[in-house]
Amino acid sequence: MNLSVLMPVFALMTSLVASVVLFALPERGFRLRTTINLVAAILKIALVGMMIWGVAQGREYEAAFTMVPGVEFVLRADALSMLFAGLSALLWLLTTIYAVGYLEDSPNRSRFFGFFSLCVASTMGIALAGNLFTFFLFYEMLTLSTYPLVVHRGTTKALRAGRNYIIYTLTGGAVLLFAIAWLHGLVGDLRFQEGGYFSDIAPSMQGPLTIIFVLMIVGLGVKAALVPFHGWLPQAMVAPAPVSALLHAVAVVKAGAFGIIRVVFEIYGLEAAKDMGLLAGLSVVAAFTIIYGSTRALYQVDLKRRLAFSTVSQVSYIVLGLCLFGPVGVAGGLVHLVHQGIMKITLFFCAGNYAETLGVHRIDELDGAGKRMPGTSVAFTLGAFGMIGAPPLAGFITKWTMGSGALAVGMDWVVAVLVISSLLNAAYFLPILHRLWFAEQCEPWPHERRWGRLETSAWLLWPPLITAALMLVAGLIANLPFSPLSWAELIVAREVAL
Amino acid sequence: MTLWLMAGLLFTPLAWAVLTLLLDFSKGRVVTWLGILVQVLVSLGLWAAVASDGGFLYLLGGWQAPLGIELRVDGLAVTFVLLTALVAAACGWHASIYLDPGKPWHRYFWPLFWFLWAGLNAVWLGGDLFNLYVGLELISLAAVGLVALGGQADALRAAIRYLMAALLGSLAYLLGVALIYGQFGTLSLAGVTELMNSGDVQSGLTFPLILMLLGLALKTALFPMHGWLPPAHGIARSPVSALLSALVVKASFYIAARLWLDLGGHLGGYVLAQLIGVLGSLAVIWGSWLAFRQVKLKQVVAYSSVAQIGYLFLLFPLTWGVTEAISQQAQQGITLQVVSHALAKAAMFLAAGNLIMSVGSNRVDALAGVSRFLPFSLFSFGLAGVSLMGLPPTGGFAAKWLLLQASLASGQWWWLGVLLAGGLLSAAYVFRVYRASFIEATDTDQFYHPSRSLEVIPMILALLSLGLGLVAEPVLSVMSLPFEGAGP
Repeated sequence: MNLSVLMPVFALMTSLVASVVLFALPERGFRLRTTINLVAAILKIALVGMMIWGVAQGREYEAAFTMVPGVEFVLRADALSMLFAGLSALLWLLTTIYAVGYLEDSPNRSRFFGFFSLCVASTMGIALAGNLFTFFLFYEMLTLSTYPLVVHRGTTKALRAGRNYIIYTLTGGAVLLFAIAWLHGLVGDLRFQEGGYFSDIAPSMQGPLTIIFVLMIVGLGVKAALVPFHGWLPQAMVAPAPVSALLHAVAVVKAGAFGIIRVVFEIYGLEAAKDMGLLAGLSVVAAFTIIYGSTRALYQVDLKRRLAFSTVSQVSYIVLGLCLFGPVGVAGGLVHLVHQGIMKITLFFCAGNYAETLGVHRIDELDGAGKRMPGTSVAFTLGAFGMIGAPPLAGFITKWTMGSGALAVGMDWVVAVLVISSLLNAAYFLPILHRLWFAEQCEPWPHERRWGRLETSAWLLWPPLITAALMLVAGLIANLPFSPLSWAELIVAREVAL
Repeated sequence: MTLWLMAGLLFTPLAWAVLTLLLDFSKGRVVTWLGILVQVLVSLGLWAAVASDGGFLYLLGGWQAPLGIELRVDGLAVTFVLLTALVAAACGWHASIYLDPGKPWHRYFWPLFWFLWAGLNAVWLGGDLFNLYVGLELISLAAVGLVALGGQADALRAAIRYLMAALLGSLAYLLGVALIYGQFGTLSLAGVTELMNSGDVQSGLTFPLILMLLGLALKTALFPMHGWLPPAHGIARSPVSALLSALVVKASFYIAARLWLDLGGHLGGYVLAQLIGVLGSLAVIWGSWLAFRQVKLKQVVAYSSVAQIGYLFLLFPLTWGVTEAISQQAQQGITLQVVSHALAKAAMFLAAGNLIMSVGSNRVDALAGVSRFLPFSLFSFGLAGVSLMGLPPTGGFAAKWLLLQASLASGQWWWLGVLLAGGLLSAAYVFRVYRASFIEATDTDQFYHPSRSLEVIPMILALLSLGLGLVAEPVLSVMSLPFEGAGP
């Protein structure tokens, strides 16, 4: 067998094998566990990097076998899957480093890292899935592997959040399964293919296909936190910070968004989806979610909750981008998958640092934290400006590309949505920055811990600094090859014959 | 060769039953281990023979039914033979460690275990209606004995209740058999089918068929005749519960399915098929809800069986009056459901036994903190749960997928709701157990650690159930091999 066929399998296996080993490790094996985690994460980056190189040369990697008659299990690396796989591989390494520091002396670490790796394996599977069926397999696996992470602390609050998370996501999964089974009955094989299946459809199919599309968006929208299916996300904040970071930046919400991208691009086809009037409806939902999430974020006093509602809003940029019928706008939406991931993970790392180092959870307790924790605060500031869309950060690239794409196709109202959303972003981020840098500390930190000379543990400090730097780099080199933006343009060029 | 294998599958367990009857528990254990090894090898041999040469129909001793014993083995039968060998081996292994040799009644475990195995094989391989009855009775009596093994008053009460239900079911079935014999003069299922196909269809046969199906449905615990199952399965010792849920209720269903597939096309009707399907659906919904409400852990698992068995009865509406392809798809889906439920439910009962042993209480809310202490057993429980929920890549999912497709293709879209709602409801009761075990309430836990092998066995079964979804295609290709060769 050709080795390149197995590349996607290996990429999936690194975290899957790691998770099995981690489960079996005794609780005390700190060094060994950390080594396994890091080796697996680095190995995965190497594998994904090799595949990205290959895909850029026009190669495709694919492994497939039949599970149930008529249903294939397909792992495949194409340009689109590499966008998500690259993001997950990179951020997994950083999150693992962060998690090692974060959980230094807490109980149940074997369990935590086992499920953590399983969660990343699911994400990798979602990225590499070659048909809807395989996608669904990992989509559900992700649900199951994140539950133990959400309830990790075992408190009543955590358990309640976990229950809500499960109810939302499993119901969404059932709706999605229903839609997939129906579509499978109509179309047969559901391999992802460029341009989709419905370039010319009979009028009689319009009705069922519209219903199936709505069902799929509902099923995927639960994870992508589209309003009104976002209820689980702010509650899931009780999870440990590395989990929140992963949930918000890489795994869960992105799985939903990525699924919507696949369905729109490679099942329905952008052209067909627009002709059937499906994208118009979707764009309204996405625009509403963007404004709604930002507005709710304004009223949160808890830092992580504010960030959570910000996620609700920001993830819908990706969905909105898809609905901009033009290559530039679509690329803007796609690149936000990466940009939002890097920015949001930075913010959550920082929020975790404030909580761990100073015991600060509420925004009004942050007065003067910039002096106490300059590194973290610089990263947070960059993240916040990125979200607002200040040049030359990653968020600016997204908004600029989406905005110019919208204007090019005459969807001027989208620019208004982007502007309003940016203003709202500024309204809920700038007060935090003001408190960090300009307010005087008037009462002692709620629960301060010291780690030697650094402002916090090195494990906790480096990841946000690196992601903040990446955010800057992604903005600065946006026009060079292999930048997220050029990769998104590559995808659009390959996928969408406009 | 195949003949010897088939005869071995029937007579070895009987011989072992008699042998272990004479021995005490610990000697019986050693003898049983040897027997399990033989049985597993023979089952594998038969499976390999059928996989390579196809199925057989054989008249034992050359006599025709009702005098002789008519044996037949096809892909389906041999799949169940192998499944039985796997599950029984796992349960026997578990029981040999789990059961306390000091308890006076426990020495009867081995003889009953072997009688049960003989009965099961007789049902899988039986080709005529009367011998199926004999196998069924053997299973029932052994199962009732196994339930009573607990020895306490409530175990005996549950066993009596079980006995009543089982006898009533068998009687209804036997009455149907007698009526069919009166009509056709033959008991061979193949013979009856042939007579039906030859054209002179007797219209009076719908009643016997309904009577037999009713009896078998009672023995399979179809809603609303499920009342006897949860107390019996809940009170029995864990390895026994596993055997009962995984295999025993499947035997009566197997007969019902064979009757339906051979004769249902002639004698059944759309209304009858839909009615059975509706009862199955109600079982799914009601059983899951009750499972969610149970206070005791094993009762949760037992009610889950009521729900999971409900799916099986979708076979009836999905194979009546549909094309051959859809019927085939539905049959494959149901068979996969039987196999994956058997593996998953056995895993779940054994894991539940370990958890109960560890926390020293059978209540769900006593599990707090056990996720830290016994993660391995809890993980087996969860993996089995994933299969019951029908999430990919498990066997349960493959089954559900085939049933979804068959429902859609036959235009009976209403079953989709049942399949999806059933999955969500089973998630509810599985996660309830998980939730309880994740609570970090107590500071000092008094847990007892069961031996490693006790923890490994459910994990193996759960992984098999999980992996079944990945290898569903090759398994199904053997399952669907018809029997051919000498007919009567």
